[in-house]
This record gives sequence, structure tokens and C-alpha cells, in this order.
Amino acid sequence: MDWGNIFGNAVGEIISPTTAAYALAAIGLGVHFGYTGLLNFGQAAFLLIGAYAFAIPTLAGAPIIVAVLCAIACSVIFAFILGIPTLRLRADYLAIVTIASAEVVRFIVTTTGLTDFTGAANGLSGFKGTFAAINPIPAGTYGFGPFTYNEYDWWVRIVGWTLVVLASVLVWLLMRSPWGRVVKGIREDEDAVRSLGKNVYSYKMQALVIGGGLGSIAGIIFILPRAVQPANYTTGLTFFIWTIMLLGGAATIFGPIIGSMIFWVVLSLTQGILYGAIESGALGFLSTTQAGQIRFILVGVALMLLVIFRPQGIFGNKKELSFSV
Amino acid sequence: MIAGIRIGRGVRLITMLMAVLALCLGVVLGSGALSASASTTPVPTPTPTSDFTNTLSIGGILRDGDTLVEGAEITVAGAGGFSEVATTDDTGRWSVVVPEKGDYTVTLDPESLPDGVALRDPDKSEASVSADEWQTNTLTRSFPLGEDTRQTTGFFEQFLQRLVAGLNFGLLIALAAIGITLIFGTTGLNNFAHGEMVTFGAIVAWLVAVIAGLNIFLAMVIAVVLGGVFGYLNDWLLWKPLRRKGVKLVQAMIVSIGLAIALRYLYLFFIGGETKNMNVGLSDTVVLGPVRITTGSIFSMALSIVVLVLVGLFLTRTRIGKATRAVSDNPSLAAASGIDVDRIIRIVWVLSGSLAALAGVMLALYRQVSWDMGFQVLLLMFAAVTLGGLGSAYGALVGSIVVGLFVELSTLFIPPDLKYAAALVVLIVVLLVRPQGILGRKERIG
Amino acid sequence: MSNIETAAPQTHPLVKGEVGPGCAKTDPIVIADSVTRQFGGLKAVDVAHLEIPRGKITALIGPNGAGKTTMFNLLTGFDKPNTGTWEFNGKSLAGVPAFKVARAGMVRTFQLTKSLGRLSVLQNMLLGATGQKGEGLFTSLIKPLWRAQEEENTARADDLLARFKLDAKREDYAASLSGGQRKLLEMARALMSKPELIMLDEPMAGVNPALTQSLLGHIKNLKEDGTSVLFVEHDMHMVMHISDWVVVMAEGRVVAEGPPENVMKDPAVIDAYLGAHHDTDLGDLMEDGPNPVIEAERKAHEAHPEAETAGYGVSTTPAATDADDEEK
Repeated sequence: MDWGNIFGNAVGEIISPTTAAYALAAIGLGVHFGYTGLLNFGQAAFLLIGAYAFAIPTLAGAPIIVAVLCAIACSVIFAFILGIPTLRLRADYLAIVTIASAEVVRFIVTTTGLTDFTGAANGLSGFKGTFAAINPIPAGTYGFGPFTYNEYDWWVRIVGWTLVVLASVLVWLLMRSPWGRVVKGIREDEDAVRSLGKNVYSYKMQALVIGGGLGSIAGIIFILPRAVQPANYTTGLTFFIWTIMLLGGAATIFGPIIGSMIFWVVLSLTQGILYGAIESGALGFLSTTQAGQIRFILVGVALMLLVIFRPQGIFGNKKELSFSV
Repeated sequence: MIAGIRIGRGVRLITMLMAVLALCLGVVLGSGALSASASTTPVPTPTPTSDFTNTLSIGGILRDGDTLVEGAEITVAGAGGFSEVATTDDTGRWSVVVPEKGDYTVTLDPESLPDGVALRDPDKSEASVSADEWQTNTLTRSFPLGEDTRQTTGFFEQFLQRLVAGLNFGLLIALAAIGITLIFGTTGLNNFAHGEMVTFGAIVAWLVAVIAGLNIFLAMVIAVVLGGVFGYLNDWLLWKPLRRKGVKLVQAMIVSIGLAIALRYLYLFFIGGETKNMNVGLSDTVVLGPVRITTGSIFSMALSIVVLVLVGLFLTRTRIGKATRAVSDNPSLAAASGIDVDRIIRIVWVLSGSLAALAGVMLALYRQVSWDMGFQVLLLMFAAVTLGGLGSAYGALVGSIVVGLFVELSTLFIPPDLKYAAALVVLIVVLLVRPQGILGRKERIG
Repeated sequence: MSNIETAAPQTHPLVKGEVGPGCAKTDPIVIADSVTRQFGGLKAVDVAHLEIPRGKITALIGPNGAGKTTMFNLLTGFDKPNTGTWEFNGKSLAGVPAFKVARAGMVRTFQLTKSLGRLSVLQNMLLGATGQKGEGLFTSLIKPLWRAQEEENTARADDLLARFKLDAKREDYAASLSGGQRKLLEMARALMSKPELIMLDEPMAGVNPALTQSLLGHIKNLKEDGTSVLFVEHDMHMVMHISDWVVVMAEGRVVAEGPPENVMKDPAVIDAYLGAHHDTDLGDLMEDGPNPVIEAERKAHEAHPEAETAGYGVSTTPAATDADDEEK
């Protein structure tokens, strides 16, 4: 087994754009669930909307700033569509409606009737030009050891992680303010907050929009190193983001970032070790496809164990962050 | 002391989780053994079990409505002059083994289709496969057929046809959704792993009926019994300890999501990603006036109705059924009046497991068996339960039929690949107008 | 008995005209008209006319299921009536959402205490302050915009916490408070918004007897500060002790009202509570065993002032603990 390569790949995951995208999506989900108590089981939809609303205008020739604004605007509209019927209802209705809406948007982008816009099941590609064009890094390969990338890969990483830092600062600023106090109050008991003269519905909507907006930006980062594939936006994606958020701690600033890093490093390590063991014959009865599936079985089990035994996550404060409902 | 108990509980919970997984592994490992022996029995499945042998293939099933199309020719062409032709067999299956995870073009020869069958969209005889799609070793491409028959039947006939299909599908959903609503009513849990209970039944039936080659009715009985056992184990190994531990509802809901992910990928691990055909001889078509229907569908509708009536009688007439409704209404009051709430919950889990398994078997007859089939209908079940009003068994039935009808009837107006989306949109719209669901009670606040 | 039935029409300084169910007040703060609320076949509230006097302590009493809490929910916008209008300070509040009712100056507490468990006691208090600049989405990002106001509010919160003897718990999570302390916190938090009318839903339910005295004191102080009080209570001795006016509801209707000393003798009230047992004094029947108010007063005199906080830890009655468990 090539341990150097296995660890190299795993370490590389720490700063990979995928890790950044998941961290960003988990930060958004943290605003929803960790701080405001909204059960959003449709975060994948926000990533999907970010991805398509960025890729479609770009392919139509729009400049990058227009494409990004379009992605954000679409996610805001989607948040309103989700929120208007459900934010007045009991929390579990939001859970079911968000998960249902996420599937609806996935069905819509996959339908063959919209092939000209969305590419249907084949998705979209060829939208990286505008982003690569504003890359200030001269062509070439930079870095050392496992962190050796070309100028485009570095550019994606730099932009991705800068956005993660900005999002963290934004959430920190919001949550230390009286605004954050109101949404945390809503998480605890919205009737009490309502009785104190706060427009609970409006705050929940604001939180939904902010978290969803962060999700749509995560969607853009997610597709920059790859193509847009509708199959990537299943509920599985949402549940991975939940796992990441709960791993780090739902209502913490660094939790989603560290959670995402741990998640991807562990996934990469298990894949490397399993593949290595299969190649060396130690696990010869498995195929590499099955090895990939074992990782997801582990994700499921990890999610269960985490929620049962350490609901506050790695960084969470036990008292503040255990579940309230 | 307290810490000691905590740790003790923790260890027990972990062992239980492991036990659940070990059990699933055991069950499905058995399936692996069975599928290995299957190659020696004369079962006409030429499809390579690619996930085991690590070959790459592109394939699919060609069907015109409920009829499987035999003898159609499909060409797969790729880089380096690769080109191979596959012919669909008597189960409508075709498959081409390809050399690498690359780009391919898949073309259906319309001339090779039997008389009276044509492509729904004549321009769509070609599909493409792109290199980055190869996340599993098997990719499927489908060619929607059937415009010929559609044009000859009038709107009313189509409507009737869809109406019957929708009723059938709705009844199937109802079988599983009643389990969801009973579990929600008695324990407050939104069980996201319910879809995996449905898949479990389908896989058991497939193993018994197709792989072992036994009678489908025997397979159904075995699936229902094992489904009940599966439900019992769910409660005994996981949910009861968690209730004892005082795990909150949202926490429990996320645990069920974790369980669903673990189970689903376990199924994938052992049965592979391709869909399995349940060709057990119930696909003869019967023509009833304007409606064409398979014997399997008639059987499944009749059985669903009988079972649903029995469940209704159980809930309203028997002592246990009444106790179940009492626990749903108010668990602490029920406990105070001498009802053993834990026993009722156990019974509800067994019942839900059996019903879900039965739904799984019939879904397998109606469609095919695949590792994520339960998850695909989970949302429709949730939609049905929410539409009917969370926690109400009759509501679940009504909601299921509404969802079933909507899924099928919507195909008269919108592309069939959006039919699930239509049902979910209805859910959202109903919640806008009538938040408590169709039959739900308004809640008293404060 | 007979002396009441034959008595001449009563008058009272709070009342314009004759005392009776639904009578007009000289200076009402709330006026409600034909408010009804139906749950299925049950008419939970059916109030033809009701006025609440300004600057006074008004008790709303009645047997279980009389519709008191439902009436509270309706008036404060937490539930929607089938019919009815009501005004607060001359401003119609019918159909106004709960948060706007609170902003108008009519603030309520809940029967099942709604303290925000995973916020600190101080954060709970600060949430009560109204008109905070930092609660806007965009202004919240720039601290200088709201720092001064936050300091002001914190000072006021500290002041109130000291008055309610919760200052030692300032930084603790509200979840760590006892049931009685949470009631105090909820009331103090409501006061942060400087309400004109505070509506307390069973402020004494589940409160340790050692705390009832200080709660009573706080309610009386409210009146002295010019706040009107409307409270729902089952404890007749408390009602007799502190209220200026008593409204009695039964089966959704207002069946009697009047000053506390008279209303207890009203046959309609005795009927509502007891059916046939006309000769018994209500106060005695409602409360078996020692009178908690008198007990608490006695204890407060005997004990050291800090003794009031000594028994907090596990002080709630079983009823209160159940209630807390049921909270979301």
C-alpha cells in the first residue's frame, strides 16, 4: 500500500474546493438549524440553484459578476418560496417541505423537456472560462508535496476559502448582535419571542435567506472544479452537510469548517486504505465500487453515533448546543 | 455512579447499533451467496453483475407502458472506433460492456422496434453518456416509447388508464404510509428510514422469488414476516434504548436519517446498483373495457384493499388497536390508564415493518427492485401523511390516494419524469391552504 | 345569600353605572365586544362585552375550562377568534398579529413558562427591550450603531434583575433556573418592554411558596409604577389579597365581576364553581390545607431576606415539572 500517496491525498482534502464548498453550505445550514432552529432538509436545493443559476447565465455569455448575482438572487427567491408557506407552521412541516422542494428542483433540472437550458441528466459543463479569465495567477504549477496545483486549482482554492472566511465573519457579526439574540430566542421558543414584540416570521425568513444564500455560493464553489451534474444534488448531499454541521457543532463559528475538513479527510483516508487493501489482496473479495459504498455506510453510522452521543459536536458547548426539541 | 450508568448505556447502544448492522450484513451477505449460486440456476439474466466483477457497462430496459419490448437493437459507440450492438431480450433488457469510463453515444434503431411501438419523441433515438457520469460501474439509458398507442387512445381512455394506475400506486403508498403515521402518532418520530423498510421487503421477495426461484406468494409471506421482524429489531435495538435515554425528537429524526443512509448503502453494497427485474409471471395484461391492466396490478390492488380494511378493523375493533389510538392521542394519559405504552409501540413497529415490506413487494411487482427504491417513494409517503394530517391513519390513506392519483394523472399534462415533482408541489400547495392537512385537526395554541 | 339577591344595585368608583357582568368602566384600558372562539362544537369563549380598568390589578378567575387562557390568547393575537372586536387604549387590536400587540404595549406571560433555556438570564432580559437598532439585519453588523443602546438596556436589565433577585444568576443559562425563578424571569423580561398592560397567565402556578410572597410584591409594585395588570389565577386567596377588580368566567362567558370582597359572594360565581354547595366560603373550598399566601408572608417575616433564594434548586411542584417537560 502506498501510504505516502494515501496520506497525501487525505491532507490535500483539507484545502480542497469541495471541502470549502461543503463548509460554506454547512455554515449556511448552521444559520438555519444551529442558531434559528429551522429544520432545513433541503440545503442541496440551494447548492443546485447556485450552480445552475451561475452556469446557465455564464454559458449564455453573461459576465461573472452577473452570473454570481443571478445565483444569489435565485436562492433568495427560492428561500421566499420555501418560507412563505412553511415558516408559520410547525417545525416538522418545514423539514418535509424543504426536502420535498429540493427533490422538486432536482426533478425539474433533470427533466428532458428542459435539456436546452439544463442539459437534463447530462448536466452542464464549459462554464469555467469567466472565472479562469479573472485569475491573476500566472500559468504554471505551484506548491509543495500534496499541495501542488496548477494556477486554476489554486485560484479556486483561494477564492473558495476566502469566501468561507468572509461567511464566518458575517455569521460571527450577526450572532453577537441583538439580531442574533432574537433568532437564538426563536430557536428556543418562538411564542415567547413573539410575545416580546418581535416579528418572528420575518426573522425566520431572514435567517432562511441568509443560510440559503450561503448555500448557493457554496454551490458555485462546488462546481468550479467539476461539471454540473444533477445527480450530485440528491438528498444525500443535504445529509452530508448535516453530518458536517453536527460534527463540528451546529451553533459554532469554526465547527462547520473543521467538520468539513474532518469529513473529507476521513472519507479520503478510508477510500485510500480500502482501495490499497483491495489492490494488495487483503480485501480481495471487495470491488473498488463496493469500497466506495462502505464509506457511505460509515457516514450513516457516524451520523447516528454523533447525534446520539455527542449532539453538541466536537466544538459545541454541551449546555448550549444539545437539541432543544 | 451516574457516569457509570451513562457509559454502560453508551456501550449498550453501540453494541446494539453494531448488532443492527451485523444483522443487516448477515441478511444481505446471505443474498450475496444466493446470487452467486444463481448463476448456476437457469435464470435468464444475461446482464453482467458489474458491481461484483468490476466491468463497466451501459444498459437499460426497453418498455412500452407495461409491455417489455423484445428484439430492439441498440448501438453503443465510443472513442477509438468502439461500437457494439445489443438486442433486447424477452425481459426488455439490453446491456453493452464498454472498455473505459469514457464518452459514448447510445442509439436505438427505430426500425427494429416491433409493430405498433415507436419512440415517443422520434428525435430522441440517441442518448449520450459523458465520462464524468461514471460514478458507478453501470449506467442506464432509457428510450421513452409509446406514442403510437397514445395517439390511438382518446383522452378519456388515457384518463381511465391513469386513474387505475394512480389508485394502485396510492394504495401501495398507503400501506407503507400508515406505518409512518402510526409510528409518528405513538412516538412522535418522523422515521426517515421507513423507505429502507420498504426496500427490505422488496429485496427479500426478490431473493426468494427470483434468485431462489420460489413461488411469489411464498416470497410475499416470507417478506412480510421478515419485515415484521425487521420492524421489531428496529424498535428493540435502536428506538427503545433511545427513548429510555431521553433522546429528543429532532435528534431521533436525524438518527433515522443516519440509519437510512447506512441501510441504503448496505443494500447497494450487496445487491449492486442495477435494477432487478421481478419477472414472476404476473405481468399478463387483462383488458377491462378501455383499461389495460396487468394481473399483478389487479392482485396488488385487491390485496392492498383487504389489508387496509384489516388494519382499519384492527385499529377500531381490537383492544390493542384501541390502545394504539389511545397512545397516539395522549401517551401519558394512556400510560396512566394502565396501557403498556412500550408494548404498543413495539406492536406498531412490527405492524409498520410488515406493511412496509408488503408495500415493498408490490412496488417491486409494479416497478423493479433497486437499492434506493424505498427512498424514492419515501417523500411521496411523507407527502401523503402530511397531506392527510400528521398522525391520522385515515388521513394517511386519503393522502396516499391523492398522491397516487396525482402522480399518475399528472402525466396526462406534464412530462412523465416530472410526475413525482407534481405530487410534491401539491403537498406544498395544500400546506399553504390547509396547514393541518386534509383530515387533520387544528391545534390549540398556548 | 338572600341579602345579596335582594340588595340594591351596586356601584363602585371604577365602574360607570351599575356593577355587573360586562359593566362599563370609568377609565378602561381594554374594551372587548362579542368575542367568540369555537373549537369544534365547543364554544370556548363567548364574551359579549368586557372592559379592563386602567392602572388597576384585575383578576380573571373561573373554573377549569372556563376559557380564561383562550381569552388571553385571543386578546394578545396568539389565537384568532371566530367573531369579535377589541381595542387597547382606543386602538383596535382585532386581527393584529401577536408581535404588534406586544409592541402596542400589551405584553403577556404564559401559563407554561417560556424562558429561553439556552440563552443566559441577561440575554433573556435584553430580548425583552423594544425598538432595538441592533435587531435590524443590516444595522446588526455594525456594532457602533447599537452599542450605546445595548449598554442602556443592559443597565435597565441589571436593575430589574436586582429587583427580582436574579442578579446572581445573570450569566447562567435560563434552563438552570428553578420553576419559580423562571416565572420571575419571564415577568421581568416582559417588563423590559415597559408595557402599559401586563397580562400574567397563572403567575403563581408551580411556584415555591417561599417565592410567592416576592411575586405578589412585584405585582403590587407594578401597579404603583402605573402599569395595569390582568392576571389569570386559581388561588383565591391570592386573588383576594392583591386584586382591585375580579372578572369571573364560566363556560366561556363572563358570569360576574366586581370588587374581590363582593364577587366571592355572588351566587353566579358560587354556582359556576360549586353547583349546589352554596353555603360554603369559596376561599376555603378552593384551597385545602394552609393558606400559601399567609404562610409565605409568615415565612418571609421569620426568615432572613436571602432565605428566599435558598430553596430554589428543586422547588417546583410536580405540576410545574410536568409542564416544563411538555415545553417544546
